[in-house]
Amino acid sequence: MNNMQPGTMKARKKYRIAVVEPSILLSEGLKTMFHANAEFEIASCSTNIPHFFERPTAIPPDIILINPMLIDFQRQNHVRAVFSSHPGALLVAIVYHFIDQDVLRQYHGSITVFDDAHKIQRKLNHAINTNHNSPETVDNFDLSDREKEILMSVVRGLQNKEIADAHNISIHTVISHRKNISRKTGIKSVAGLTVYALLHHLLDQNEIE
Amino acid sequence: MKHLLFSGKQKLSDLIHANYKLLQVLPRFNIKLGFENKKVDEVCEQYGISPHLFLMVCNVCTFDTYAPGKEAGQLDIDGLILYLTRSHQDYREYRIPVIKEQLNRLLDRHNAREEESVRQFFDDYSAEVIKHLRHEEHTVFPYIYGLKQGVRSEQYHIRQFEKNHGNIEEKLHDLKNIIIKYLPDQNDGELRNQVLFNLFWLEEDLNRHTLLEERILVPFAQQLEERLNINHE
Repeated sequence: MNNMQPGTMKARKKYRIAVVEPSILLSEGLKTMFHANAEFEIASCSTNIPHFFERPTAIPPDIILINPMLIDFQRQNHVRAVFSSHPGALLVAIVYHFIDQDVLRQYHGSITVFDDAHKIQRKLNHAINTNHNSPETVDNFDLSDREKEILMSVVRGLQNKEIADAHNISIHTVISHRKNISRKTGIKSVAGLTVYALLHHLLDQNEIE
Repeated sequence: MKHLLFSGKQKLSDLIHANYKLLQVLPRFNIKLGFENKKVDEVCEQYGISPHLFLMVCNVCTFDTYAPGKEAGQLDIDGLILYLTRSHQDYREYRIPVIKEQLNRLLDRHNAREEESVRQFFDDYSAEVIKHLRHEEHTVFPYIYGLKQGVRSEQYHIRQFEKNHGNIEEKLHDLKNIIIKYLPDQNDGELRNQVLFNLFWLEEDLNRHTLLEERILVPFAQQLEERLNINHE
């Protein structure tokens, strides 16, 4: 049944947020910030992860806003697994320490303590809208055989188009391989990748012009 | 945010205690240590430096979220260019040669393949940096001095300023990863750490330097161009 006035916009769904953050100052601040918000509401606040799991809410949260520092080092690269009981929830990091980019990449988004209310809301909306292309797992940093082949073509100085033709793949695929190579190796420049290939005996010195 | 920044009423020594990396800013302003308990304003007056410029540089070098630019009206542009030029000199004559020397000693312990490839990479990187610095000194800075005196130039326009120091930053990042992750260990722990500390430091310093150029120098030049009706496209 629709009891809204004709002509008004359809009310948007409220997103329920669970905050997992040790600082009371911060979680109280977030509560205040979202108090009158039309889209988001803070459904629960926990100071640590066990606390969060001890008090399940009737309706599971849509967003878990969590401080990544609460997750111990062994599980930092498996954040999704920690919250596997909430597969539908978006994980958004609250950042005020240095957090490694690879760790942060597992989250659907991140907010910092310097963001204002407007910016936080924008970031949450962005996380909601981009959820469908969920980031891939960061467990595997070894280059696949295919990636090694592409790497060799790159350090031999071939352009993307030439690589695509040589390997019979699309330019789009070449670019995607190159992105993955840089992400896995931590090296972006062609000159740097050449050093990488030499140090891994994928290439002989006399092969470089 | 503003009240969290350094002010001219503070003792200069307190600024150094808050951020020891400012030690490398002082010689670029020609300020010598041994200034007792003098306040920032007093030291600036003694050396004939604009306190506004000095504090801006110290704030940029200390507070990650500080974005200068709003107060560009009172900017001492000659002082800024002098500071940038002296920083260039520092990179060229001291910082990069020190890293090169340490890196050479480190690589002496490695086999020819490792030695040659990493050395070549660093040499290419430093050549690129030095070329970039020279370009700024020979083209960009004189152009801005010229604008100040109302001189137009046919050869250059500030929109050509390489906003993108991207290449240089990328290679420095790669070099760090090569040394951290991929160069095999040869019992070179301490020396290797020294090289890495210096690379991290250089990277941070270059980033602050870029920030000053992009946030202060370029907008200032744009204002001058507007005043001279040099069109932007």
